[in-house]
Amino acid sequence: MIRLNDNIPQDERAADDRKQFVTVSVGNQLFGLPILQVRDVFIVTEMTPIPLAPRSVAGLFNLRGRVITVLSLRTMLGFAAPDSGESETIAIGIEWRGESFGLLVDQVHEVMALAEAGRESNPINLDARWSSLSAGVHQLDSQLLVELSLESLFSDLSSKAA
Amino acid sequence: MDDLLRDFVVETTENIDVVDNQLVRFEQDPNNTAILTQIFRLVHTIKGTCGFLGLPRLEALTHAAESAIERFREGAPVTRDAVTLILSTIDRIKLIIAELDRSMQEPEGEDADLIRALEALIASQAVPAARTSRQPPAPPTDVTVGTLVYQVLERELRSGEVSLDELEQAFRATETEEGEFGFGILERAALVQDKASPLRAVQADDAMADEASGEANTLESSLRNNTIRVPVDTLEHLMTMVSELVLTRNQLLEISRRDERDAFKVPLQRLSHVTAELQQSVMKTRMQPIGNAWAKLPRLMRDLCQDLGKDIELTMSGAETEIDRQLLELIKDPMLHMIRNAADHGIETSGERRRRGKPPKGHISVSALQEGGYIALSITDDGCGLDLARIRQRAVRLGLASERDIERMSDQQVAKFIFNAGFSTAEKVTNVSGRGVGMDIVRNNIEKMGGAIDVKTVAGVSTTIEIKIPLTLAIAAALIIESGGQRFALPQMAVVELVRPSGSADARIEHIHAAPVLRLRERLLPLVQLNRLLATNTELVSNWNNAFIVVCKVGGSSFGIVVDSILQTEEIVVKPVSAQIRHLTCYSGVTILGDGAVIMILDPNGLAQNVGAIAEAHNDNALPQAERLETGIAKTSLLIFKAGPGGPKAVPLALVTRLEEIDVKRIEQAGGKSLVQYRGKLMELVTMDDERGFRDEGRQPVLVFGSADQPAGLVVDEIVDVLDEVLDMQGGSSKPGILGLAIIRGRATDIVDVAHYLPNMGGGAVSRRQQKRRLLLVEASDFLSAMLAPVLQAAGYAVQTAARPAEAAGLLRSGGFDVVVVSLEDEAGLSLAAAASAATSCIGYAGRASAELLEKAHLAGFADVVGTFDREGLLASLGALGQGFGEAA
Repeated sequence: MIRLNDNIPQDERAADDRKQFVTVSVGNQLFGLPILQVRDVFIVTEMTPIPLAPRSVAGLFNLRGRVITVLSLRTMLGFAAPDSGESETIAIGIEWRGESFGLLVDQVHEVMALAEAGRESNPINLDARWSSLSAGVHQLDSQLLVELSLESLFSDLSSKAA
Repeated sequence: MDDLLRDFVVETTENIDVVDNQLVRFEQDPNNTAILTQIFRLVHTIKGTCGFLGLPRLEALTHAAESAIERFREGAPVTRDAVTLILSTIDRIKLIIAELDRSMQEPEGEDADLIRALEALIASQAVPAARTSRQPPAPPTDVTVGTLVYQVLERELRSGEVSLDELEQAFRATETEEGEFGFGILERAALVQDKASPLRAVQADDAMADEASGEANTLESSLRNNTIRVPVDTLEHLMTMVSELVLTRNQLLEISRRDERDAFKVPLQRLSHVTAELQQSVMKTRMQPIGNAWAKLPRLMRDLCQDLGKDIELTMSGAETEIDRQLLELIKDPMLHMIRNAADHGIETSGERRRRGKPPKGHISVSALQEGGYIALSITDDGCGLDLARIRQRAVRLGLASERDIERMSDQQVAKFIFNAGFSTAEKVTNVSGRGVGMDIVRNNIEKMGGAIDVKTVAGVSTTIEIKIPLTLAIAAALIIESGGQRFALPQMAVVELVRPSGSADARIEHIHAAPVLRLRERLLPLVQLNRLLATNTELVSNWNNAFIVVCKVGGSSFGIVVDSILQTEEIVVKPVSAQIRHLTCYSGVTILGDGAVIMILDPNGLAQNVGAIAEAHNDNALPQAERLETGIAKTSLLIFKAGPGGPKAVPLALVTRLEEIDVKRIEQAGGKSLVQYRGKLMELVTMDDERGFRDEGRQPVLVFGSADQPAGLVVDEIVDVLDEVLDMQGGSSKPGILGLAIIRGRATDIVDVAHYLPNMGGGAVSRRQQKRRLLLVEASDFLSAMLAPVLQAAGYAVQTAARPAEAAGLLRSGGFDVVVVSLEDEAGLSLAAAASAATSCIGYAGRASAELLEKAHLAGFADVVGTFDREGLLASLGALGQGFGEAA
C-alpha cells in the first residue's frame, strides 16, 4: 500500500499512475477535483439568481463576457446554506460538455498529485447523496480526501432537470 | 496541398450550383450565348483545376461535359436529353466532390457510362461546317470526332499532363491578371506539340482566346479581388469579441457618468461611436441574401418536372432579402422539402389541370419579405389544395384527434395536421415525396429557429405555406422589466402593448375568484403575476394601480404579465441557458446587459403555459404537465361558475359581455321579473333554478349577456375561474338550459345553454317588432350553432339552422330568408352566396378571417365577414343590413 502523505506534485517515479487534483473544502471536508477539467478559479460577485431553478443552481455569473452557471457544492452535498453569502464566493471554473460552470466552494487549497492505486471505494455507510457524487476516497496524513466525480456531479443535476 | 484541395472543393461546389441553374435557364433560352459562355467557362475552370490537383476521375468527367457544352457553342441544337445528360454528369461530379470533402480523396469508381453517353451525344451533334474548316487536322466525319476526343485527351496522355501541370505552375507563378488567357494559350501549345492535337481542345482554346481578350475576364478578376473567404468560426469569434467590447464600453460610460473629469468624455464618446459602428459591421458580415438558400431550386424544379411528368413554372421574388447566415443554413432543407411537396402533391398533371379549367402549366411561387424583425417566407402552388377529408381520416386513424374533435375543427386546423410526424396522405411513396417525414421536420426546423409555420389551402385552387422566421438568432429586441427585485428580458415580438391599470373603465383590474383579470377595452385579459409565477415573491399585489401590465400575445391567446416596473428596451445578444436549467419553460435564454449584469430572457410561450398552471393551482386539482402542454387543437376560453344545484357550470367566455357584482339592495321586482338598473337600462336577472333566489345581502355575481342595448343577467353563486380548454362535449343533456356535459380539468361540467335564458330576456323587445326577419344559420358544429342561435334570436330574428352548406342550399331554394349567416370554416360555405336569391343577404364568419378569405367572400357576394365569436360584430353587420331592409320597405 502506497502512503499518500507526500504533497509534492511531481514525483518522477510514480508519475504514471498519479493524477493531479485541485483540492477544495466545503464544510471542513476536503475534496479533490481532477485538474484537467478545471479551467480557472474565480471570485464570484453579483450573481443573478434563477427563479424556479433547482436549489443546487446558485445563479448566473458574468465572467469576462461568458455566462457561467454557478452551482453550489454546498447545497449539492446537503450542507446548510452559509449564514451570510460571503463565505461562498470562490468558485472553480469547469468546462463540461461545452458549457461553462462554476462550482462554489468554501476554500480552495493546493494542487495535489495522488496515486490512482491509492483510491479506495466509498465506505458503504456513506450517505447516499455523497456516495453518488464521490468517485472514491484517498487517505491523506491528516485527513481524508473525497474525490469528486464530475460525471455524476453534472449528470445528477441533469437527471433532476429532466 | 490539403488547403488547396479544400479551397477547390468549396469553390467548385459553388460553381457547380451556378452551372446547374444556368443550364436550366439555358434549356429554356437556347439562343442566349451569354449564359452559354458562362457555363462553359465554369466547367472549364473546374476541369483546369482538376488537372492541376491531380484528380483524374473528375477531370475526365468535366472534360467530357465541357466537350458536350462546346457543341452548343458551335450551334448544335439544345435538346432536353442533352441537358439532362449534362446535369446528371454534374450530379456525378457533385458526388465525387462530396467524397473529396470527406476524405480528401477521389472515390473509387468508373464514369465510363456517363463519358460514353456524352461522347455519343457529341457524336450525334453535327458541327457546323464553318467551324470545322478552321481546324487544320480535323477528320472529316462526325464519328471520328467523337473517338478522338475520348482517347486522345484523358486516358492516354496522362504522362504528358504532368509536364503540362508543371508548365502551368511555372506560368501561374509569373503572370497575374490574365490567368485564363495565358492558361488557355499554354494548354493549346502543349497539346499542339503533342501531335495528337485533338479537335476539341483546339476549338475550346480558340474560344478561350477569343474571350480572354474581352472585358469578361477583367470583370471576373475584379470581383475576386473584392471578396475574401473567411472561416465562419473567425466571424463568430469576432462577434463575441465585439459583444465584449460593447459591454466594456458601457461600463466605461457608466463610470464616466459618475466621474466629472471632462478629459475622458470626448475620447469616450468617440470610442462609443466606433464601437457601435463596429458592432453593426460585424453583424452585417453574418447576413446573406436568402436567395442563396434558393440557388438549388430551379434545378430541383426541372428534375421534379421530368420525374413527375408535370409542367411547372417556378417564380422567386425577394431573393435579395438578407438573413442571418446561421438561419440561412437552417432554412435550406425545409425549402427543398416544401417545394418537392408542392410539385408532387400540389400541382396536378397538365391533363388534369386542363380538365379543371386551369392553365396547363402549374405554377409555384416562392417569396421572401422582411417584416419588422422577421422574414416572411411563402410558398404557394396553384394546385389541387390539401385533401382535407383524407387528412381528417388519417388524423383520426393516427389517434391525433377523436372523431368528434375532428368534426368540430376548422379546415385550417385540420390542414395543420400535415405538420405532424409520420403524417402523409400520399398514396404511394415516390422518390420525390410521400414518406411522411417531410413536413414535421420542416416544422421542427422552423420552430427551432424561433419561427412559425402555417398552411392555408383552398380546395382545388391553391395551397400556401407561410413561414415566419426571425432575422437573426443572435440578437433580439427585448423589453427589460423588473419583478421581485430582479430584472428580466422579454422578447419584444411577443409584446403587444403596455398597460398601466387606471381604475377607469378602459383598463381595470378585477378578480374572478382569486384570478386577476384585466378589463381592457371591453375584453377580459387573464393576468399572471410574474413574481408569483417565478416564486420570487409570493405576496399578492396589494395595490394594483402601481403595477405595470405587459400584454403579450402568443399563438392566438393573449394574456397580461404583471411586473413591478418597466425599465427600457434593449438589443440583447441571446445566449443559450445551460442544460441544468433548460427544463424551465419560462426561459428561452440568457443575456448580458449593457451594465454587465446577467439576466434571464423570459419565454412568452412558456409563460403562457404557466398561466394555465397557476389557474390549476387555485383549483387544487393539478393535472400532469403533459396535459397542460397539449396544444394543437383549438381551445375555447370557458368561464367556470357555480350556480344552482349540481357541479360546476361553464359558458364560453366570448359569449359573456361582462362580469358584474350587483348590490342585492339594487335588485327590484317588477312585473314578476327581477330587474336591476344597469348602465342606464333595465336588465332582467334570471336564476338557473327558480327555487334559489338572490343572496340576502352583499353583492351578487352576475354574468351579463346580450348587447349593450339589451343586457340580460344570469345570476350565479360564484365565479370560479376562466380556463382555456379543448371543449369536448360528452353527449347532450335532457335538462333544459344545459347543452351537455364536458370534462373540464378533470371535473364533469355542465355547459350552459345561453339560448334557454336569452329568449325570455329579449322577448319583450322582439315582440314589439311587427314581423321577424327570417335568418338561416349554417354551422356544422352543434355547439356553436346552439351558442349563436340565441344571440340571433335575442336580436329579433326567427332563426333556422342548417349543419351543412348543402342542406342550407336546399332550404334557401325554398326561399323566404332575409339573411344567411354562414360559417366559412368550411370553404363550401362560400358557394351559398350564389345559392341565395338576390333578396337574401349573406354574412359569413370564421375563426380567423384572413385577408384572403375576406376577399374571396366579397367576391362570392358576402355582405360582411366577422370573427366566429365576435358577437357584437355580427350584430352590427346584421344591424347594417336591417337598415337596408328598412329603407327598402
